[in-house]
Amino acid sequence: MLAAIARRVGRRLVSSVPALFGVVVITFVLMRVLPGDPAVFFASGPSAGQAEIEALRHKMGLDQPLPVQLLHYLGDIATGDLGRSLTTGQKVTQDIGRKLPASLELTFTALAIALSLSVPLGVLAALRPGSPVDHAVRMLCTLGVCVPTFVSGLLLIYAFYYLLGWAPDPTARIDIFASTPPEITGFYLVDFALARDWEGWSAAARQLLLPAFTMALFVLAPLARMTRASMLAVMGSDFIRAARSLGLPGYRIVVAYALRNALLPVLTITGIVFSTMLGANVLVEKVFSWPGVASYALDALLASDYAPVQAFVLLMAFIFVVVNVAIDVLYGIIDPRVSVE
Amino acid sequence: MTAPLLQVEDLHVSFSTRQGVVQALRGVSFSLGAGQTLGIVGESGSGKSVTSLAVMRLLDRAGRITQGRVLFRGQDVTRLGRSDLRELRGAAMSMIFQNPRAALNPIRTVEQQIVDVLRAHRSMSVRQARAEALDLLRAVLIHDPESRLAAYPAELSGGMCQRVMIAMAMACKPALLIADEPTTGLDVTTQKAVMDLLAGLTAERGMAMILITHDLGLAARYCADIAVMQNGEIVERGPVAALFQSPRHDYTRMLVAASPRRDSTLADLAPGLPRPQAGARNDGVRVPGAGPLLELTHVRKSFPGPVHAVDDVSFVLPQGGALGLVGESGSGKTTLSRLICRLADVDGGEIIFQGQSISDMPARDFHRAPQRKLIQIVFQDPHDSLNPRFSAFDCIAHPLRRLEGMRDGAALEARVREAAGRAGLPEGLLERFPHQLSGGQKARVGIARAIAPRPKLLVLDEPTAALDVQVQAVILQLLDRLRREDDIGLLFVSHDLNVVRMLCDDLVVLKQGRIVEAGASAAVFANPQADYTRALLDAIPHFEPACHAERESVAL
Repeated sequence: MLAAIARRVGRRLVSSVPALFGVVVITFVLMRVLPGDPAVFFASGPSAGQAEIEALRHKMGLDQPLPVQLLHYLGDIATGDLGRSLTTGQKVTQDIGRKLPASLELTFTALAIALSLSVPLGVLAALRPGSPVDHAVRMLCTLGVCVPTFVSGLLLIYAFYYLLGWAPDPTARIDIFASTPPEITGFYLVDFALARDWEGWSAAARQLLLPAFTMALFVLAPLARMTRASMLAVMGSDFIRAARSLGLPGYRIVVAYALRNALLPVLTITGIVFSTMLGANVLVEKVFSWPGVASYALDALLASDYAPVQAFVLLMAFIFVVVNVAIDVLYGIIDPRVSVE
Repeated sequence: MTAPLLQVEDLHVSFSTRQGVVQALRGVSFSLGAGQTLGIVGESGSGKSVTSLAVMRLLDRAGRITQGRVLFRGQDVTRLGRSDLRELRGAAMSMIFQNPRAALNPIRTVEQQIVDVLRAHRSMSVRQARAEALDLLRAVLIHDPESRLAAYPAELSGGMCQRVMIAMAMACKPALLIADEPTTGLDVTTQKAVMDLLAGLTAERGMAMILITHDLGLAARYCADIAVMQNGEIVERGPVAALFQSPRHDYTRMLVAASPRRDSTLADLAPGLPRPQAGARNDGVRVPGAGPLLELTHVRKSFPGPVHAVDDVSFVLPQGGALGLVGESGSGKTTLSRLICRLADVDGGEIIFQGQSISDMPARDFHRAPQRKLIQIVFQDPHDSLNPRFSAFDCIAHPLRRLEGMRDGAALEARVREAAGRAGLPEGLLERFPHQLSGGQKARVGIARAIAPRPKLLVLDEPTAALDVQVQAVILQLLDRLRREDDIGLLFVSHDLNVVRMLCDDLVVLKQGRIVEAGASAAVFANPQADYTRALLDAIPHFEPACHAERESVAL
């Protein structure tokens, strides 16, 4: 069983290498054809002469032909060097290593909130199709999709920070005057917990809640609608009728029989939603000044800073692959029919 | 005498559909004493399943009991609340279903599911429940019960799934068991084993049983009483022998006539139909045509795995002849039919059609072969084999457009109408889509599509398995007429020996890809040589009311 899973994971990872390679090449070329010359951008000032710019270009290797540049870049990636950011002056790997946990923490929390809301809502809607509950859930989902995150984020800030005063100042991961946790994993909640600093933990959690809710609202719709549809299909299937004919208790039918089967397609959607959230949460990060990896990449893009953008795209592609493999493995564990093959 | 176990009084059920309210049951009344067996027979849509679901209160959201009572041990089931119903279901009355694999939860093991049932009704520890689950599996005679406990439904055969379902239905010793077409889709031999088990267990435990089936033979063999349903009403009810020997209602008479007996011929089944055109061939002795139409020599085919799907099969089908391929599922008959239609490639041997080998050409390229239009197939499921977005006309026109390159116009229309006419499909139905047609009409569309390019060989893969008996009778007669009038050779794939006997001159019995017996149908039927053939023949629930009555009287 374990060996089979390991084989599967290995096969999937190996088979994703060509796709990752394609992503690297395409991003590389795209960055080069986009307007904007980093040498001009980073020259000492608008008055910098042509000679200075040329010298900078040479130093950055931009005067070489594109294929040579690509080869150099690929060689660097192979040795684990993703280049240096011109804006921060740091190695890209270091920057991302610091910012990725912030994004991941936000995304995981948002996903947890979204799932814990959307699955029960979807189940409720499916158990009473056409009822007021069903319509209410549908409306909530529609709202979540229609309202862009920068609007809903601002609304939440307005309501919970400005009017009610329940939420803390919506900037950054923790109050600027509070102390940050010891650097262990980079996830504040985990680090505070490890340091047994519960006051800091709750401060970080409260800081996290608003942006996480904003993101959760946005992905509520696909998860809840999928849960509802798949739950409806399962509730109408023969084995549910058979379970009812055998007098099983109602909650057992809904949870152990229907929901477990209905969650299989939801799991697939969750994987896709997670990857999308991680890459697309730049708006939320901007609204809440969240020092995440997406806003880092956006800043770099605006500055024609090649290395961070390329590294970001590569990272997203890699995370997408990993998430898909993880979903695949989970699927095999939940559904015995998959592992039979 | 005590009050009956189950008493249904004037039961009305209606379904609200998009087309409005449909009355499914119109005043059904019957009663059943403890330990009695009742068969409910009728065509699809007659309301037999709705009756059983209404008794269990398992109707889906759209269905509603509008009138009448269902008294179980004197208690009105139609008025029970949720929790009372839950206690009743599984413990006092339970049900087994048509498609056993779909009735089991695909992601829970057999043991978990049986334990769920036991613990839903009896306070027992998981350990005790597990021990009892094993006993139950032994009681339903599953091979190697210890290792089946950990199996998932997908790992079991259909027959085994039905045994597990029976084990679950009997787990809490209910007084009434409703079996809704429990063996449809199973092989005849499996059907016999499952039904014998069911009958044995219910008799042994003094349970009452309601058997819902469209197969009169099955009902006659396993039930003491029969109720005949039509259009949501019980039109006739009585003891098996009396009901079938002297049916009073017209509909019962028609059903009885349409059910094949040991000695019935095609003409007996649907007496109302016009006889095939009189001719020399009509007396059952068929003159072989000019030379063989199809010849198979040492054909082999294997899929990844230890066994051969088709192993060294040879036979000859004469021009305009009819040959039956008989066997259980897994015997290789469907694979063989796919090989002959050249939808799959042979691994060895040769298939010769009209004197020319057609097995050399890869299956992927065969659509270009001139023989493609001469070999046509009618599929098992009349519904799934039609494109839901094609009207009946387009379905029938499709092979003409693809194989003969015909363009829209009068010629195409004439050919489609001709094929539809020959298949007995009314012209008014040509514009309809598959979901607007009945099962029998869809079967006719499938046949019309197959005969449209004027083939010489028609491969029929259990074309009547999904049809009611009276529709089956009509379709069989139609096939027989096509063969006689158009000189089309028929290769009839079926597990129903009785149907094969009536339609085919010769038959080939397959087991695990090998031929175990071959010969003239009548001879094989009268005097089977192989044990396997005998088992197959023995398993057919022959509709012999007289024999049944005798057996009953001996037993009493």
